[in-house]
Amino acid sequence: MAGYTEDELKEDLKQQDYKFGFVSDIESDKIQKGLNEDVIRLISSKKEEPNWLLEYRLKAFQIWKEMTEPNWAHIKYKKPEFQDIAYYSAPKQTKKYESWDDVDPEMKETMKKLGISMEEQKRLTGTAVDFVMDSVSVATSFKDKLNELGIIFCSFSEAVKEHPKLVKKYLGTVVPATDNFYAALNSAVFSDGSFCYIPKGVRCPMELSTYFRINEGGTGQFERTLVIADESSYVSYLEGCTAPQRDENQLHAAIVELIALDEAEIKYSTVQNWYPGDKNGVGGIYNFVTKRGMCHTRSKISWTQVETGSAITWKYPSCVLRGDYSIGEFYSVAVTNNYQQADTGSKMIHLGKGTKSTIISKGISSGKSHNSYRGLVQINKRAKNARNFTQCDSLLMTDTCGAHTFPYIECKNSSAQIEHEATTSKIGEDQLFYCQQRGLSEEKAIGLIVNGYCKEVLDKMPMEFAVEARKLLTLSLENSVG
Amino acid sequence: MNKLQNFRKNFNPTSIPLRKEMLTLSEEILKKNDFPTTKNEKWKYTRLGKLSRLSLEKSKDTSTIKKSSEKISEEAITIEIINGFVNTISDLPKGLIIKSLKDCSKKELAFLGENIHLENEVFHCLNSLYIQDGIYIEIEKDTKLKEEIHIVYNNLSINTFNPTRLYINSKSFSEANIVELFKSDGAENSFVNPVNEAVIHENAKLSITKIQNEEGNNFHIGSDTIYQKKDSFFKCNTITLKGQFIRNNIYVNINGTNCETHLNGAYLMDGKQHVDNQTKIDHFTPNCESHELYKGILDEKATAIFNGKVIVHPDAQKINAFQSNANVLISDDANVNSKPELEIYADDVKCSHGSTTGQLDENAIYYLRSRGISKRKAQAIVSQAFIKDVFSHIDSESSLSYIFKTLEKQHNWEFLD
Amino acid sequence: MLSIKNLHAKIEDKEILKGLNLEVKPGEVHAIMGPNGSGKSTLSSVIAGHEDYEITEGEIIYQGKLINEEAVEDRAREGIFLAFQYPIEIPGVSNINFLRAALNEIRQSKGEKDISAKEFMQRVRDKSKLVDLDQSLASRSVNEGFSGGEKKRNEIFQMAMLEPTLAILDETDSGLDIDALKVVAKGVNALKTKDNSTIVITHYQRLLDYIVPDFVHVLFDGKIVKSGDKSLALELEEKGYDWIKEINVPSL
Ligand SMILES: Nc1ncnc2c1ncn2[C@@H]1O[C@H](COP(=O)(O)OP(=O)(O)O)[C@@H](O)[C@H]1O
Ligand SMILES: [Mg+2]
Repeated sequence: MAGYTEDELKEDLKQQDYKFGFVSDIESDKIQKGLNEDVIRLISSKKEEPNWLLEYRLKAFQIWKEMTEPNWAHIKYKKPEFQDIAYYSAPKQTKKYESWDDVDPEMKETMKKLGISMEEQKRLTGTAVDFVMDSVSVATSFKDKLNELGIIFCSFSEAVKEHPKLVKKYLGTVVPATDNFYAALNSAVFSDGSFCYIPKGVRCPMELSTYFRINEGGTGQFERTLVIADESSYVSYLEGCTAPQRDENQLHAAIVELIALDEAEIKYSTVQNWYPGDKNGVGGIYNFVTKRGMCHTRSKISWTQVETGSAITWKYPSCVLRGDYSIGEFYSVAVTNNYQQADTGSKMIHLGKGTKSTIISKGISSGKSHNSYRGLVQINKRAKNARNFTQCDSLLMTDTCGAHTFPYIECKNSSAQIEHEATTSKIGEDQLFYCQQRGLSEEKAIGLIVNGYCKEVLDKMPMEFAVEARKLLTLSLENSVG
Repeated sequence: MNKLQNFRKNFNPTSIPLRKEMLTLSEEILKKNDFPTTKNEKWKYTRLGKLSRLSLEKSKDTSTIKKSSEKISEEAITIEIINGFVNTISDLPKGLIIKSLKDCSKKELAFLGENIHLENEVFHCLNSLYIQDGIYIEIEKDTKLKEEIHIVYNNLSINTFNPTRLYINSKSFSEANIVELFKSDGAENSFVNPVNEAVIHENAKLSITKIQNEEGNNFHIGSDTIYQKKDSFFKCNTITLKGQFIRNNIYVNINGTNCETHLNGAYLMDGKQHVDNQTKIDHFTPNCESHELYKGILDEKATAIFNGKVIVHPDAQKINAFQSNANVLISDDANVNSKPELEIYADDVKCSHGSTTGQLDENAIYYLRSRGISKRKAQAIVSQAFIKDVFSHIDSESSLSYIFKTLEKQHNWEFLD
Repeated sequence: MLSIKNLHAKIEDKEILKGLNLEVKPGEVHAIMGPNGSGKSTLSSVIAGHEDYEITEGEIIYQGKLINEEAVEDRAREGIFLAFQYPIEIPGVSNINFLRAALNEIRQSKGEKDISAKEFMQRVRDKSKLVDLDQSLASRSVNEGFSGGEKKRNEIFQMAMLEPTLAILDETDSGLDIDALKVVAKGVNALKTKDNSTIVITHYQRLLDYIVPDFVHVLFDGKIVKSGDKSLALELEEKGYDWIKEINVPSL
């Protein structure tokens, strides 16, 4: 646990409210609110897209129009008014950045406030960063080093221009536009995002990371991430999210598609800290995200997430274990406080022989929030000797919150081994007493116990991310014991 | 006309003088609904297509038929119900009232259906509107019944719809042990729809053991709605030994402090049999505990579904709720769907659930075979070991021996202890 | 150091301590003995400040200050340490992190600077040696998966790390074999100074062969019914608790 000191924690604890809730004063290019074919054509032309991509968008739009918003998730909310959202907002900057120095100083300031100063990132951590603000990718660092290895890491728009073959081959293969309401919407209007390709046999030497930020009011963010790990390659990918404090609900409907070809491994970590709304449940991000990975033979995809933000989260990072002996993992911590609602979990679809999956989910509910785990483990007929282990634990901090578990276990093969365990309980009063008897304050004791409770998941995160996640956990549970 | 309207077009409403509002509401709900589809979460894994296509009549009064069904025990107080009509009721001891719904006064029938949920429950509505016959059981205050009450449902008819109703009134400090045996000697394409309701008053104890051993190609959709008051005890064991299509719904409403609830189930299915167990326990009051244990063995092309839901409502503190479902798949064509759910709105609770799906312990089978036991028998022994802890919750000796006998016959099991 | 006067305490409407008096001076070792259920653990929880127990009458004065209403962590920071009869498991939280957080909170409350990582690790090494605690246990999760004996030793290890002024050991000896018992006693004795005091709660006389008490008290039915020196423990061992019950009857 190097790098994280008690002092830092104490400093952070002083900051009670949402730390990242500032608005950057950056001029932006935002199109009229509303959604129709013309808007889609406009987005596509602004991005100078090829025709096939415009066709893809228009087709998705047709599909979306036929669909109705899902309402089976265990959440209650005012449905977004889809005609009242601006579907494209880009920081105004006509020319492309040639180097880091070209970046708007105001934007650099924003990044600094987020704690991701890029110079520092470059210098200290050796992490390559792609920064997506209000839908558009603004800077990608470390390109040269990655180029040498043949790794492509760039904004989605750039990938469309520079690597159209790859994009065309894989876009929508894991999450088709028909998948669900928000996937269709994203496919029609997605603005930018990150693209990553790791060539055969290459182990990406550094963590690749994307920061998403919603800055502009009245906008939605619809980014698209596509990660392709070619045969026997490896990549660890980090995703961080923040948004400023606003009274309105902003929509974030992203798609992440991962493709692990034979014997490849993708590790995808997220720390999601979108603005959760204030203490009375006003404002906050609606986070409706579709994340899915396709695993080919003997490949492995591992999702790790720490979710502390958003007014509403609706998210099920999943793995389609198509190849024989492939492995899917999902490790998650979801914290809800005040009026937040989270409905999250994972789907593991076992298609291949000897496929294995693990789901570890830790939910912590506080305030008047609701936190649900919803998961599907499906063993199909051909998936001989498939294994799944699922554990979902819920920790309750107040008597006004709710914790719910909805697992679906479907088995069509007699050789499968499926184990599911779930527990729900209050934070241990005897544990609190024990810690306090040793001199710890209640707040500190809670932070310690909660971090311990989440250890299995935090341990799966890359080091720096884990530190950030730990701090977030403690921050989001301030004053939370009822 | 949708499938449901078509399905019920030949049925004439019940002649028993039930509450008007209940009948009107049932009719209204049926009118605006159809058979639920797999889009409905509660019916996600059970298709009603075949049932909805049947062309059924209500069965004719059979109360005069002289047919003696197989009994579980000679000692028990036995009620025989044939094709949904009460046939015989044996002599009753002091403190126990049992009568056919047809013999009940309007006043006595006034509370029937009180706790049965009708909205979105077409099978409750069908039952309410078309009840043919049923029984009213009252265990009087302070009565601790020594004898068990056995209800034998025998279905003999072809292409009929047999809705029956059982009302159990467990008065304060009473104790009773009820066994329901479901059989179908010679029935084909029939639909049995038993709906039970029970009110368990303060400090009363009620145990129900259901044994389902139904031949032929028939449909069984049954439900139990239980209302528990303070300090009461309820146990239900559902043992499914045979049945082409069985759906069991158990709803327990716990409305008093310090209650105890046990739901257990065992299912041993093969062929193309289908069993769907749905349970829902609502904890409305603090300081209660509930336990659920369902285990099943699936062979050939059998399918089993378990969907157990525990809801701990706001302010129902100090609840301990445990739920467990375990399945063994013997053949490659067997299917199992398990959906144990927890919905918790209070904080001082201990709730857990577990679900496992796997195979019989191969090492144990190997060990037994190495001692000279045939593979089939070894499998039977290990299966028995797997499912035995469900049987251990059955208090009725005679039921246990009936179950063992049936398993010996159907699966060549041999019970050593 | 500690002065308890006419202490009455109840839990869930059940009165457990019924007028208890106890006087502990700096440097002294007091042993409290008594049959199961007599209120020994209750007494230690009440001194530590467990909120489930309600003091209905009487005073607890620690270092000259009335602490009846003080929060548990404040008492801990002022030097009261309780070795739990049943130490609590805290999954995922390493012993080391736990202790460092506790130590620093205590130091901060006194306006002292946090302990440096180097100094801290040195202290961990020294103190774990003192109680023969396997180094690897120090970095495992607090008490999780520890055997009964390891848990007890871990309590003494924590005591050594935090250097309390008043230590209360609640049946730290039960469940220990003679060797483990000796180790625990060695730890306690090594930490003894003329300024700090120890209250040893025990069921058996044998621990007192290794931790020699200045006073022995017998707790029965929520009160101290007999006090004496070390010989009282021997007498008790010989005659059994029934003897206490007998001599106690007239006063009931
Ligand atoms: N949480 C509690 N609620 C009610 N009674 C309690 C509780 N804890 C302890 N007691 C009762 O208090 C009495 C004293 O217990 P305790 O202090 O643990 O005794 P000892 O440590 O001397 O064995 C016992 O009768 C016990 O049953
Ligand atoms: Mg004790």
